[in-house]
Amino acid sequence: MQLLTVNKLSKSFGGLVAINNFNLRVESGDLVGLIGPNGAGKTTVFNLLTGLYQPTTGSITFDGRDLKGKHPHQITRMGMARTFQNIRLFGNLSVLDNVKIAYQAVVNYGLIPAFLRVPPFNRREEEIEKAALELLEIFGLKEHAYDRARNLPYGEQRCLEITRALATGPKLLLLDEPAAGMNPQETHELLSLIKWIREQFKLTIILIEHDMSLVMGLCERVLVLDYGSLIAEGTPQEIQQNPKVIEAYLGDEEVVAWEE
Amino acid sequence: MLKKYFPSILACLALAVLFTIVQVGISGGLLSGYWITNIYLMGINIILASSLNLINGFTGEFSLGHAGFMAVGAFTGAIVTANLGLPFPLAIIAGMLAAAIAGVIVGLPTLRLRGDYLAIATLGFGEIVRVVLMNIDYVGGASGMMGIPEVVNWPIIFISVVLSLLLIRNFIGSSHGRACLAVRENDLAAQMMGVNITYYKVLAFVIGAALAGLAGVLYAHYYSIIQPKEFSFMLTFDVLVMVMVGGLGSLTGSVVGAVLLTTASAFLQAIPELRMVLYALLLIVSAVFRPQGLLGEKEITLRTFERWGGVLYAALNRKQTE
Ligand SMILES: Nc1ncnc2c1ncn2[C@@H]1O[C@H](COP(=O)(O)OP(=O)(O)OP(=O)(O)O)[C@@H](O)[C@H]1O
Ligand SMILES: [Mg+2]
Repeated sequence: MQLLTVNKLSKSFGGLVAINNFNLRVESGDLVGLIGPNGAGKTTVFNLLTGLYQPTTGSITFDGRDLKGKHPHQITRMGMARTFQNIRLFGNLSVLDNVKIAYQAVVNYGLIPAFLRVPPFNRREEEIEKAALELLEIFGLKEHAYDRARNLPYGEQRCLEITRALATGPKLLLLDEPAAGMNPQETHELLSLIKWIREQFKLTIILIEHDMSLVMGLCERVLVLDYGSLIAEGTPQEIQQNPKVIEAYLGDEEVVAWEE
Repeated sequence: MLKKYFPSILACLALAVLFTIVQVGISGGLLSGYWITNIYLMGINIILASSLNLINGFTGEFSLGHAGFMAVGAFTGAIVTANLGLPFPLAIIAGMLAAAIAGVIVGLPTLRLRGDYLAIATLGFGEIVRVVLMNIDYVGGASGMMGIPEVVNWPIIFISVVLSLLLIRNFIGSSHGRACLAVRENDLAAQMMGVNITYYKVLAFVIGAALAGLAGVLYAHYYSIIQPKEFSFMLTFDVLVMVMVGGLGSLTGSVVGAVLLTTASAFLQAIPELRMVLYALLLIVSAVFRPQGLLGEKEITLRTFERWGGVLYAALNRKQTE
């Protein structure tokens, strides 16, 4: 089943065309990699998919529904979740509360039970707490449940972000550079974790990553963005040998070298 | 079974003792009229501070419109009783409702504003309310309303304060309150967790405004005379100092802040200039040395009573078994 269809998507910021005529089809169960040099527009694609930005032109269909005009929270509730390139936890809240907040996309109750603590307040709260703690246990964060999220070590903050995204009950998970700032050991653990959650939660995943070992080890299909346009699409092997891709990345390095 | 309810019972007992002590003080003539007034004011200030804290501390919107919401409540309540001759409970309902509607009206357009801009917009709202009231003859123009029934007494103040605090505490401890905290912490991430941030920002304004409206109704029906000029920015500023000193994001802090500052201004009544200096100084000192406020985000909760209760319960049990 086709879960996500992106058709001729474009996004401009003033004069800057960040995304240009971008097309994407994702089947249920796919694990797609999205790569490209810095500033290519990868994060912008995620912001468009999740409704944080409205497309300039083009359409996005998710789970059979057009996302035009949908608010980000509505899209989350339709089954799309994401993590951020720069971690965005609820820093002053407990690790447990971080997950509980996400879980209310799945289980919630009205205002009157909240104000008066009448049923179903207690039952639903217990349910939310139990589910959140279970999820934390799976990801080895249960011992930190009552710590402030901002006090977690960096790697565990990344892990909590993924945990929290899963608590919303997604069909499609968007991971924006989950390995950024991780050492090879942590990156390797992350690779197994992503494989594992994909199986366990029957997820479809789109992964933005600079770490090629992760992309090549995980993805069946890779898309390459450069200056907002799709320049290549294929298996990791095909991508590695594609002259356009090599040029885009080399070009990028030249710029870097020149700047230095 | 008893053990489970022991903390709640203990908390109720503590409240009952507090209520009785003040009631005896008032009925027995132990408290002077001046101090009775200040105790009532303390109650009204607790409601104002805790409701402002819901908007500014828990949801992270910086509102300066509280005097405006209070004025809407006060004048609406006064119209209901003094002009229409209807009973006081209706004044409470109407006052809170009118203030809540004002909360929606201010909350919606200011959603796109952040930080300083929101503060300025809400400040403007407060001033508009005051100026508009001064120009409506039906509510007495600049000289305001008189002859409002003086029905507010200690039980009414006490119950209003306890219920307001309970309502806010229950709200914050619910999934809806967590959504407000998420908005404060990171509104982008909150949206990605399925939180409708527009709804919760406005909701915080509405609940905060309704409770400020309640404070206004109580105020009007205690003093019996209200004038638009009393609901100026200075009033919002006083409440803001209480919240900041007590701790943005601590309900207990708002209570402590309101009690401390009301007491301080009661002592400084004779020299009002000094009072303003004190408030300004407190705000600066707390911003520099303890920006998180006296209490930070700490709370006295049922758990606190559980700890004390546990000790007490053990002691009682030991006596029985001996
Ligand atoms: N809100 C915005 N306003 C203006 N320009 C923006 C905005 N968001 C992104 N851009 C621009 O769009 C382009 C693509 O940015 P984007 O963050 O999507 O790149 P990226 O591929 O994720 O890069 P990186 O690998 O560095 O994360 C950049 O030139 C960026 O400056
Ligand atoms: Mg990016």
